[in-house]
Formats: sequence, C-alpha cells, structure tokens
Amino acid sequence: MKRIALTSLDALLARIAETQALYVPVDAKGGARFEQWEAGKVLSDATNTARSAKDFFFPQTESLYDVKMTGKKLEIVDTREDGEDFVIFGARACDVRSFSILDSVFLADPVDTYYKSRRDRATVVSLACTKPEETCFCQAFGIDAAAPEGDVAAWKEEGYLYLKAQSEKGERLLEALSDLLEDADEKAVETQQMRTRWFLSALPLGKVSFEGMKQTDLMDHFKNEKWKSLSEACIGCGTCTFVCPTCQCYDVREFDDGKKVRKFRCWDSCMYSDFTLMAHGNSRNSQLERFRQRFMHKLVYHPNNHDGEFGCVGCGRCLQKCPIGMNIVKVEKALEAPHEE
Amino acid sequence: MQDRMIARAKELLADGTVDRVMGWKKGEFLYDATPAVFYSAEELDAGFVMNAFTAANVSKYLIKETKKEGKILAFLKPCDSFSFRQLMNEHRVDRDKVYIVGIPSWGKADMEKIRQKGITGITSIEEREGDFVVNTILRETHVIKKYDVYLEKCKNCKSKEIVVYDELLDGENGAAVTNSRFDEVAKLEAMTPDERFAFWQNELSRCIRCNACRNVCPACTCEKCVFDNPKSGLENKAAATSFEENMFHIIRAFHVAGRCTDCGECSRVCPQHIPLHLLNRKFIKDMNELYGDFQAGEAEQQRHPVTSYRTDDAEPGVIYTRGGTGK
Repeated sequence: MKRIALTSLDALLARIAETQALYVPVDAKGGARFEQWEAGKVLSDATNTARSAKDFFFPQTESLYDVKMTGKKLEIVDTREDGEDFVIFGARACDVRSFSILDSVFLADPVDTYYKSRRDRATVVSLACTKPEETCFCQAFGIDAAAPEGDVAAWKEEGYLYLKAQSEKGERLLEALSDLLEDADEKAVETQQMRTRWFLSALPLGKVSFEGMKQTDLMDHFKNEKWKSLSEACIGCGTCTFVCPTCQCYDVREFDDGKKVRKFRCWDSCMYSDFTLMAHGNSRNSQLERFRQRFMHKLVYHPNNHDGEFGCVGCGRCLQKCPIGMNIVKVEKALEAPHEE
Repeated sequence: MQDRMIARAKELLADGTVDRVMGWKKGEFLYDATPAVFYSAEELDAGFVMNAFTAANVSKYLIKETKKEGKILAFLKPCDSFSFRQLMNEHRVDRDKVYIVGIPSWGKADMEKIRQKGITGITSIEEREGDFVVNTILRETHVIKKYDVYLEKCKNCKSKEIVVYDELLDGENGAAVTNSRFDEVAKLEAMTPDERFAFWQNELSRCIRCNACRNVCPACTCEKCVFDNPKSGLENKAAATSFEENMFHIIRAFHVAGRCTDCGECSRVCPQHIPLHLLNRKFIKDMNELYGDFQAGEAEQQRHPVTSYRTDDAEPGVIYTRGGTGK
C-alpha cells in the first residue's frame, strides 16, 4: 500500500497525464461525468457518474469501417482508432465489476476486437465509496464498495490518497509514480471500510438479495403473472438500458453521406419496438415481452450462462433515472413474492 | 389528500361509476411511485400513493385505457388536465370512458435537486407542511424547503385550473398563475446566433437518445414514430453526426408545436438534464407574440395557430424583421 497527500493529488494526476490519456469524474451540468483530465479539473466527490463507465470500452456509437466507391470500385477502409493507452481514475466498485461482466460477453469467442483493443489499453484505478446512496445495492452481488476491484484500488482518508496495486498493470502504474508515493499501512483505511460496509447494510436496500431468483425454474419466472402489472406503466424508453453499466446490446447501421457509407454500431435497447428488427422482425410485440426480456436477461439468462453471475451490479442508476419509477429491485421483490401458478 | 382520494375512489368503485382507478403506486422510497391501475379497495389500501413526488402525468396512459372495456377513474392534476383536454381535441382519448376527479397540486419535488444538495445515504424523507425532513445514515437531519426543490415545471406553473373534470376533490377550481416561464427563452433570444448555437450544441451533446422525452410526452402519440420506422429513412437509434443529434429534438419540437401544453414532462424525465422544455416554450412564446395568446388544451375543439389560417396572420418575414427579440 502506498499513499500521497491529497494536496499533491494534482501532481499525481499531472504525472499520469504526461504519458497517458487520463479520465476522471468531474462535476458538470447534468451530473458528474468522466472527462479527460487537464490542470485545473477537480476530481468529483459524487458517489457516481450520471452515465456509467462502460462508455470507455463500449461507446454509444463506434465506427466499424467505411465503404468508399470510386467509379465502379468498392474500397473498404478500416476506421478503427487504435489510440493511446489511457487511465480511468476514480471508477466506483460497481462500475469496475461491470467491466468483467462486459468481458464475459465481448471477450468470449469470437472476441470483439474493437472492445478488446480498448480493454487492453486501459488501466483502471478504482476509488472506494464512503458515502453510498440509498439507491445503492452492490453488496447484493458480492461487490465490496470499500475494497473495489481494478488494477489499482484507491481510498481517500484523512488528507491522503491510499493506493494499492492489484494487477501487473496496476503495479506498473504505481512503479512509474513511485517517487511521488510513500509507503503506507493498510490499517489506515480499515475504519473507513468498516463504516462504508455498515452504511451499505443499514441503508434501505441493504438487505436486498437476488439469490432467491435462482431457486425458481426459468420457465416459472417467464410465466409469472406479475410481469403484466410490472410492465403496465413502462413507456418503452431506453433510459434504464442506456444508463446501465452492464447492458450490452447494440445495433449495426449505416450512415450514407453521399460519398461513402459508414458502418457503425450504436447502443440498442430491448425496450424499443425496433429491437432486432434487422434479422427477422422483433419477436417481442408487446411492451410486456420487452420489459420481461430485460429483467430475465439480467436476473435469469445471464446467471444461467455465466456461472451464476447476475447481469446487474447494483449501481442504482436505473432507480434514480426511470421516468416512471420502475426498477430492478421492484421487479425482484415482485417475482419473489408468492404468486398464483 | 391521499386518504380522501382513496376514500372517493372506493366509493366510485362501489357504486359502479368506474371499474378501475388510474393512480400512482407506492415504491421503495417516497419518491419512486409508479403510475398504476387499481382494481379493488384492497389494492388501493395496499399501494395507492399521492405525495410531493407523484409528478408523473397520467393523461397519456388514458389513450390505452379508454380503448378497453369499462370506465376508469382518473385523478388529474391541473397540468395533467390540460394534456387530457388536448388529447380529447385530437380524438386520442374517449372522454366517456373516464371519470375525472380534479385534484389540486401545489407543486411536485425533484429528487435530483435534493441529491444536488450533497445529501447522500438517505434513510427516510418525510413531508411536513412546506418542508421535507431528510434523515441520513450519518444521523444528519436536513430540513429542505419544498419550493427550493420543485421541478422546473412546478416552479413555473402556468395554471392551477383543472380544465376538464366530472368533479373536483376540493369542490373548487384554481386559476391561471402569473409565472416567469418565458424568461429563460427571452435570455436565449437575446443571445447572438453563435452563442445560441453553442448553448444548444452543449445541451444536446449530452443526449443519449433514450427517447424518454418523446415516450413520456402526451403530445407524442403517433402509432409509429418516424424515428422508429425503418421505412421512413429517418430511423436512427443514435446520431451519426451532431447534425442528426440536433435534428431529433428540433423535429420533435416542431411536431408538437401548437399541441404542447407545456406540461414539462420532457425535462422532468431527461436523464441527462437537457432543458427540452425551452424548445417548446420558444414555440409557445412565438405563437403568443405572432398570433395572440394561445394555450393548448385550455379549450375544447380549438384549432391552434399553426394549423389555422387567418387573413391577418403575421407574415413569416416578421420573425426576421423583429430580429428575434420578440415584437
């Protein structure tokens, strides 16, 4: 464990930014968001960013290739941007866990090389939470907000930033900063950790558990009559899917500017009526079916296919942002409640 | 008020006036109620809620509900009633299938504004007269003036009048309210074109195309939106260019011009806090100035200025000659 006085934080960030692009959460209109750091930008104290950190690896839109036509000749141009290495500084435990959930999809065979390129270039410095929101429930998924995953984990405590390397990448980063850091004892953050864990357990969602979902057969969940009342008010927007750090569906489309055709991909939402329309028509004609798909994917299909890991990290963004106040906790509670067969 | 609403709803269910009730269902917290339909007295007792956070406009749901058999009870706030009347004017709802109880509204709170005060770890929020009492896990108690955290649409409320109803919960109706809802528009009009362009570029650059503004909008009732229709040639799930990013919102604002009642739902639901209501208010302000005061949804069967023609209509050139500053 290393540490640096918070008064020297700018010097630390400046050093990182000398060799790599550095992104930190900063306060902005519309909520905290990740921005490229430069002198003068201040690390936000917000519990979390309005948008999730998945954008770094899975941006909302991404060019795949261009098709140019010269006379009768077609040319395919690779538009991939293999940019510089970068550091994400200050991601929270929930978002960092979302990276490994995205990995299980994008890095599975066949590997998504656009995604992998970004993953390979990134070093993740996570920041432990101290002030969880009432919408937080990461502990339900075995995530420890007080000891976040990441190449380097960081804690802010009593005027110091504590840093602990947790991977080879992390060790390399701290090594490059070693002249700015001093040795520290892990005990320094233990009180903070205990306090944060207690906060999370004592908050309104502290006892939420999704494990009970696994006791029921897939088809029983699918046929549950509760989906009707749960989905009734859903307006079919994509807010929950787009603020979600683990939602990973995308569409591939073309943009024709008259001179070339750009093939790009963009986030898609299973809540939309035109989801998967390109292949065979949307197989889910009602909002009930679309709504059910989103939650079945996160709470049943994903764990079934990935050693029991749920497709949710409890970041609480959907709880804060849904226009009609529906969310995954309400769904879980309704599905677990006794219902007629 | 919640108790009186539940009591009245039970009476109307019991005497057969209605067979179901449109309302708001209790959530995990004080602020996350969900619009819902209740079918029995037991359901009402278990979950019906009305508090300072039940802001969702339920009028749009009545399009779907009035296509069903039977009659539904709807509690409409003043702003919801303007939306409902506008939907009646557009023949999108069946008035005979709704029993409307008008309810007063003094304003609804925005949870985000409470968060923006830096309050985290909230264990409970209580309503006390004009205040919220917020308790946190850190054993702090914050007393917040409700007005300070009102939604934009409530801070600039246009009217407390309920424009369509079968009965009024309080027995008396409200009236139009003086407001400063065009002040922000005037500020934008006073900008140079470059400044204004930069303002909107910055705001709209945050758009994630979640379509929440469109889907919640009571004026957006097309069966199939052009932006969702692959055959339209306009369908896009994400903007390929910043031009497209701007066009989605501008086209939407044009499409609802003259029909937008300024209910403010678009800005309430935007997860990125884009002040979309300002686009709509610009159209409303222009219509007021060019064609005389007009409020969509206020009266029955009205033609709005954009779809009606009079020989003394202002010439489009007027907009340019006045230099974008009003009259």
